[in-house]
Amino acid sequence: MSAIIETKELRFAYPAEEGGQPVLALRGVDLTIEKGSFVVVLGHNGSGKSTLAKTFNGVLLPAGGKVYVEGMDTLDENLLLAIRQRVGMVFQNPDNQIVANVVEEDVAFAPENLGVPTEEIRRRVDDALKAVGMSEFVTHAPHLLSGGQKQRIAIAGVIAMEPACIVLDEATAMLDPIGRQEVLSTVHRLNREKGITVILITHHMNEAEEADRVIVMDDGVMAMDGTPKEVFTRIDELRSMGLTTPDTVDLLDRLRRDGWHVSLDALTVDECADAIAAALG
Amino acid sequence: MLKDITLGQYFPGTTVAHKLDPRTKILLVVLYIVALFCAKGVVGYALMALCLAACVRISKVGIKQLMRGLKPVLFIIIFTGLLNLFFTPGDTYLLEWGFLRISMEGLRNAVFMVLRVMLLIMGTFLMTYTTSPISLTDGLERLLNGLKRFHVPVHELAMMMSIALRFIPTLIEETDKIMSAQKARGADFESGNIIQKAKALIPILVPLFISAFRRADELATAMECRCYHGGEGRTKLHVLKYQRRDYIALTIGILVVAVILTLRHFGL
Repeated sequence: MSAIIETKELRFAYPAEEGGQPVLALRGVDLTIEKGSFVVVLGHNGSGKSTLAKTFNGVLLPAGGKVYVEGMDTLDENLLLAIRQRVGMVFQNPDNQIVANVVEEDVAFAPENLGVPTEEIRRRVDDALKAVGMSEFVTHAPHLLSGGQKQRIAIAGVIAMEPACIVLDEATAMLDPIGRQEVLSTVHRLNREKGITVILITHHMNEAEEADRVIVMDDGVMAMDGTPKEVFTRIDELRSMGLTTPDTVDLLDRLRRDGWHVSLDALTVDECADAIAAALG
Repeated sequence: MLKDITLGQYFPGTTVAHKLDPRTKILLVVLYIVALFCAKGVVGYALMALCLAACVRISKVGIKQLMRGLKPVLFIIIFTGLLNLFFTPGDTYLLEWGFLRISMEGLRNAVFMVLRVMLLIMGTFLMTYTTSPISLTDGLERLLNGLKRFHVPVHELAMMMSIALRFIPTLIEETDKIMSAQKARGADFESGNIIQKAKALIPILVPLFISAFRRADELATAMECRCYHGGEGRTKLHVLKYQRRDYIALTIGILVVAVILTLRHFGL
């Protein structure tokens, strides 16, 4: 598989407050994200995970090192539009990323900016709304929708650019459990059916269960990188970084401390049940 | 209180009033305003009221919703009404009470003025009710396109306007929330004189402004992420094109102005 995003020795610092030191948010991140993969980036507040996400399409530019999107350098201003068309981004607050008063016109915003011909915009808007399961809301006013629905509209607005990759920067943080589930199943489907690379930035452990790859950020560096099972079985390290483990792993860990011989790598409830059943003989 | 502000609200629909080209609707509102200010007598005002009633009927906008739009400007309407009522000099006075005198002309002026303001507001509101803000700004942008030659930033202005309209409901909701939050901490918005009431608004306005700036910042980032780079090379989902109904509507509009002008000539 080829890489969609590549960072080399990526560093970033936020400007200093008066009299203070600049805040180093990223201190040397080397990362390659494969096309078509589903990557979850975890980390507590201030770990640099959101900063990292914002460098992926040139919202933030590296202070040191490089970010390449399909080989395009984000520091090259002439490539910025092409990069942003390839890597779409969905943010935390759904209200602050919806531009228009009607769903279809909001979804059409990006293709309009790209100068796509009118008939083609129509097709893309309809396809995008269908892909997020919001076709019946074409002419609705976005402010009357629920949080999860708004966030799906925001995702549709990004898909309408026909990007190769979607970055969700804590896009589920402000949603209730139902809304969160809506958004997650939508991006999983897009990843499966359309082969769109998904990078999900979150601090909810259980959103990482079905990912291909989990990256844990801590203090501006990549602290862990691997499959969900590889990462979540390193319970003590996760805790030392201020992160919790999924409930299933936590349960198995407690059983293990009490002398049961159970394997730790059960992420779903079913796997967990199987592991306990196996231990019971 | 905040629920009354309906400015910029849009009620989606599929009536002719909704389908008309926004440029047509803007031009019609301009014609309507011209006609309204030219109307002189009872017949003229009756005709204008009839026009508005016909438009309301076509658009299927509830009369209640239209009336709600008047509430925030009620004070201005009453104020202009009273000013005209008491301070129009005339030949015969119906009522004299100290320095307050109501003349026949005053009564007439007051009634017409109130009618005029009400019709004006309801007419323009009807336009914003039936036109999505985006197509409204689209229409304005296209109508003013010629000014680009004189370096007027037409696209930027249109964009700002549509975003401002888009955020009205969001900011109203937010103001409500902040008010509740401040009330929960014992803030008092109802009692005291007007200066105290104005002072009481500060704890609402400060957080509202801060949050509005934060929103603006996030929105700008989100727009950039969706490849916004100004008006150059932009295409549209809905391309504006005058239809037969637009020509018919404009013809009717011009006819109404002509009739009003004729009536004015005869002092009706």
